[in-house]
Amino acid sequence: MSSGLLFACVGALLFAMGIAGVILIGNLLRRVLAFNVMGSGAFLILVGLAQRNDVPDPVPQAMVLTGIVVAVAATALALALVRRLHALTGKLELPTDEI
Amino acid sequence: MKRFVVASGAMAFAVLLIGALLEPLPSGVDLRVAVAANMTASGVEHPVTAVLLNFRGYDTLLEIAVLLLALIVILASGIDTTSDRSRATSSILQTLARLAAPLMIVVAVYLLWAGAFRPGGAFQAGAVLASAAVLLHLTGLLPSWQAPLLTLRWGLTAGFLIFLAVAAGLLTQGSLLQYPPAQAGMLILLIEVGLTLSLGLILAGLFLFLSRDPGDDS
Repeated sequence: MSSGLLFACVGALLFAMGIAGVILIGNLLRRVLAFNVMGSGAFLILVGLAQRNDVPDPVPQAMVLTGIVVAVAATALALALVRRLHALTGKLELPTDEI
Repeated sequence: MKRFVVASGAMAFAVLLIGALLEPLPSGVDLRVAVAANMTASGVEHPVTAVLLNFRGYDTLLEIAVLLLALIVILASGIDTTSDRSRATSSILQTLARLAAPLMIVVAVYLLWAGAFRPGGAFQAGAVLASAAVLLHLTGLLPSWQAPLLTLRWGLTAGFLIFLAVAAGLLTQGSLLQYPPAQAGMLILLIEVGLTLSLGLILAGLFLFLSRDPGDDS
């Protein structure tokens, strides 16, 4: 197994862990972190698969570079919303609506 | 019960995904050949920079727009009323930060320049600039930002506006963001300078606007 494929497999594991975290964790800060773990898994898959062959493919690398910056912006926005929710309700969890 | 179902579902998903990754995928199109064939017309020598700013310039244009949008939403979400922090300021930290900040600016300029022919470019340079601002803020040398005034607004939007102006100016040549090969290098450098400045300010702003205090009027 080449190191690129190993990166991709670790990325798949990280992605699955992130999904489980996003679904299971109630605390919003930790949920944002789980979302970032998910994103890192996707980036690792892209970068790992790009260097399967001898010459790495520059297109997925550029896409990951774009994705990292967008992920930073999305994380900052999510943290701003979490802070706003904390300021308004004093909680770090989404309100559960009973049906 | 829910934990068990979700955990086993995620596990099954990971196993399936790894199984799919281990299969040798038949690649329908080899982009490496296409990139290598057009490198001479791109105006830069590093393939990642060529893809980011020439072949797939749309992505980068939309990316800076997304960053700007995130910052505007953060500004619109209002100032927290509960924010009290004790900021640890030691003179050693401050001295080191004062020493490091000019070096980080030099590194940012180098990264911007090096992006044309080796790994580097506007995003890395912008991230270094932003981290310099965050470092100065964490050591208590730079106050958190309040609502942006005119100069800061121009700085925040400069990258997007320059990129958009170049894209619109090239419409007369044919299609959007298709640089003429002779001027491609200069145009990419111009766009990257604007992007670096704006990315540094936006990324720093994401931190410094979030950490503002209501009573802080500096």
